[in-house]
Amino acid sequence: MTLGAARKRELLRQMHTIRAFEEKAEQLYTMGKVHGTMHLSIGMEASAVGSIAALRPDDLILSTHRGHGHCIAKGADLNLMVAEFMGKANGYCRGRGGSMHIADVAGGNLGANGVVGGGMASAMGVGLGLKMQKREQIILCFFGDGAANLGPFHESMNMTAIWKLPVVYVCENNQYAMSCSVRRAFAIEHISDRAASYGMPGETVDGNDLMAVYEAVSRAVKRARAGDGPSLVENVTYRWRGHSKSDVNRYRTKEEIEAWKQKCPIKRFRARLIEEGVLTEEEAERVQQEACAAIDAAVVFAEASPEPAVETIEEGVYA
Amino acid sequence: MVIDRGAFSGGVCLMRELSYLEAIREALRQEMQRDERVFVIGEDVGVYGGAFGVTLGLAEEFGEERVIDTPISEYGIAGAITGAALVGMRPVGEIMFMDFTTLAMEQLVNQAAKMRFMFGGTIEVPFVLRTPAGSGTGAAAQHSQSLESWFVHVPGLKVVMPSTPYDAKGLLLASIRDDNPVIFIEHKLLYKTKGPVPEESYTIPLSTAEVKREGRDLTIVATAVMVRRSLEAAEQLSQDGIEVEVVDPRTLKPLDERTVIRSVMKTGRVLIVHEACKTGGYGGELAAVVAGSDAFDYLDAPVVRLAGRDMPIPYNRTLEYHTVPQVETIVEAARQLAQGRV
Repeated sequence: MTLGAARKRELLRQMHTIRAFEEKAEQLYTMGKVHGTMHLSIGMEASAVGSIAALRPDDLILSTHRGHGHCIAKGADLNLMVAEFMGKANGYCRGRGGSMHIADVAGGNLGANGVVGGGMASAMGVGLGLKMQKREQIILCFFGDGAANLGPFHESMNMTAIWKLPVVYVCENNQYAMSCSVRRAFAIEHISDRAASYGMPGETVDGNDLMAVYEAVSRAVKRARAGDGPSLVENVTYRWRGHSKSDVNRYRTKEEIEAWKQKCPIKRFRARLIEEGVLTEEEAERVQQEACAAIDAAVVFAEASPEPAVETIEEGVYA
Repeated sequence: MVIDRGAFSGGVCLMRELSYLEAIREALRQEMQRDERVFVIGEDVGVYGGAFGVTLGLAEEFGEERVIDTPISEYGIAGAITGAALVGMRPVGEIMFMDFTTLAMEQLVNQAAKMRFMFGGTIEVPFVLRTPAGSGTGAAAQHSQSLESWFVHVPGLKVVMPSTPYDAKGLLLASIRDDNPVIFIEHKLLYKTKGPVPEESYTIPLSTAEVKREGRDLTIVATAVMVRRSLEAAEQLSQDGIEVEVVDPRTLKPLDERTVIRSVMKTGRVLIVHEACKTGGYGGELAAVVAGSDAFDYLDAPVVRLAGRDMPIPYNRTLEYHTVPQVETIVEAARQLAQGRV
C-alpha cells in the first residue's frame, strides 16, 4: 500500500487538474458558456483522488452529481470531458449528459448520477454481475452524506453484504446535504457506524488527507477483491462552494468555510511531498501550471467542437 | 426460430398444450440453458418457486447462484438487474406484484431507462423485469393494479403484455434477447389458461401486434386478459351476426401501430378494452393513434374506450367484478358500437 514518488506526483497532478477543472467550470458558467447547473467539488479533491488511487485501472466506479473529480481521477480524457460539459457532439455522452451524467464507460466510469443515492443499488448489481462472471474487477461507489439517509442506502448495503459482493462504498461526507448539515440529519457521529448493522467493516477517515483516504480505501479494495465482501469508508471533507449554482450559503458562516479552506487537501498533500523530497516547490508549481494548461487546452478543444446535430436528437434512446 | 401456429389441422391440435405460467417457466429454463448470462432474481423465486409458482424448479436445475432469492427489497432488485446488465449479464428480475414496482420506480425510470441515452449510447441495459398485474383474485387495492401506462410513458423502456401461452413464451424469449430494459407484464388470471406452445425455443419479435380473430364489423383492441374476454365476446356476437376483429398489441411500447390502423381501416369501428383505469390509461394512446392516422377517414363511429373504473380495486367479489370490463360489458359495448348506437 505504499506509493512510489512518481505515483505521488501523478496524484498531486490529478488534484490540481480537478481544482483547475472546477474553477474553469465555474468561470465558463459565469461567462454564460454553459447552461444548466453544476456541483463543484473544490475542497474535496483528496477524497476522489485518494479513493480511486486504490483501484486498478480496469476496476469500475459509479459516481455522483458532484462527480467531476471522480471522472478526472479515473483517467478521463480531458478534451472529451470538457466537450461533454459544454454539451458538444464529441463529448463523452455526445452532449446528452452534461455535468451530471458524464460517463467514461471504456475507462471504467459507469457514470455520474443526477439522483442522490441513485448509483448505490446499481453498484450492488454491478458487483453481482462481476461476481457471477468470476471477474477480478471490483466496483467503487461514491455517494454523499445525504444519500446515507435514503432507503436505497439500506437495501443496497444489505444486499451487497449478504452476497459478499466486490463493492467498496465510499461516503464523501462533505457536511451538508444541500443546506441540511449532518448534525441535523444524523443522530450518530460517524456515518461509517452504520456499516456494522450490515455486517461489513466501516471506517471514518480525514477525507482531506490523501494518504489516509488511500490507505483506508485500499484496505476495503483488498477485502472486496479477495471475495470477503463490501466495506464502507467515510471520507470526512467539505465543499467550499455552494451545493449548486443557485446556493447563496445562507445555512453556514463565512468563518466555517474559511476554517475548512485552511485544511485544503491539495496544499496539505503538496507540502507533504515537498517535505518527503518527492518534489521541490518549483516542481510542484510546475505540476499545478501544467494542470491548468491541460484544462485550458481542453476548453479550446471543446469550444471548437461541433454542437450535436438536431437530426440525431433521438439517437441512443433505444439500443 | 419462429414457429407457425399452423400445427393445428382438421381441428386436432398436434401441438402440446401448456399453461401461460408453464410457458413462461419454459422460456426461462430454455434461455438459461442456452445463455449462461441469463439469471433470475427476485423475492421467493428460489425454492418457493415465486409467489405464483412461475420459477418453480429452476433453483433445483440451475442452483441458487442463478436463481437468486432477495430480501424484500424491490428497489434493490431493480438495482441488481440494472447493474448486472451494465457488466454483461442478461438478468430477469421478478417483482412479486406489479403494485410493488412503485418501490422500484426511481431505479427503473431515472436510472435503467435513461442510462443509454444519458451516456450517449455508449452502454446497454439488457434486462427483463417480470411482474404480475391485474385484478380478479380478491387481493384488493394494493395487489391488483395494472400500471402499464406508467412504464409506457418512459422513453428507454419497452413494455410487453402477452395474452396467451404461445405469446408469453415467444415474447419472453425475445425480451431477454433484447438489448433494452423490458417490463414484462403477466396477468394473474392468465397463469392457468392453456394453449398450444411448441417445445422448441422460438421468439416473437417485439413490436408486432397480432389479429387474434378476424372480423368485418368492428375492431376490438385489447390487452392481457381482456384479449381473452374480447374473444369470448366476439364468439357471442358472431351468433348475432356481428363479426368482431380482435387485435392484441402484445407489445405496448414501441407499438405496432400499423396492424391496429389497418384493422380499423377495414372495419371502420374500434372499441378499446383494457383493465387499467380509464383516465390516463393506454386506451387513450391507442385512441389517439387511430384518430391521428389514415384510419380516421374510415371511422363510421367515435372511438370507444372500455376500461377499468377510475377507482382502486375493491375487495368484495361482486364489487371487484364490476370494477373492470367483463365479457358481458364488452358484448354490450361492442353491440352498441356495431349497431351505430354510439
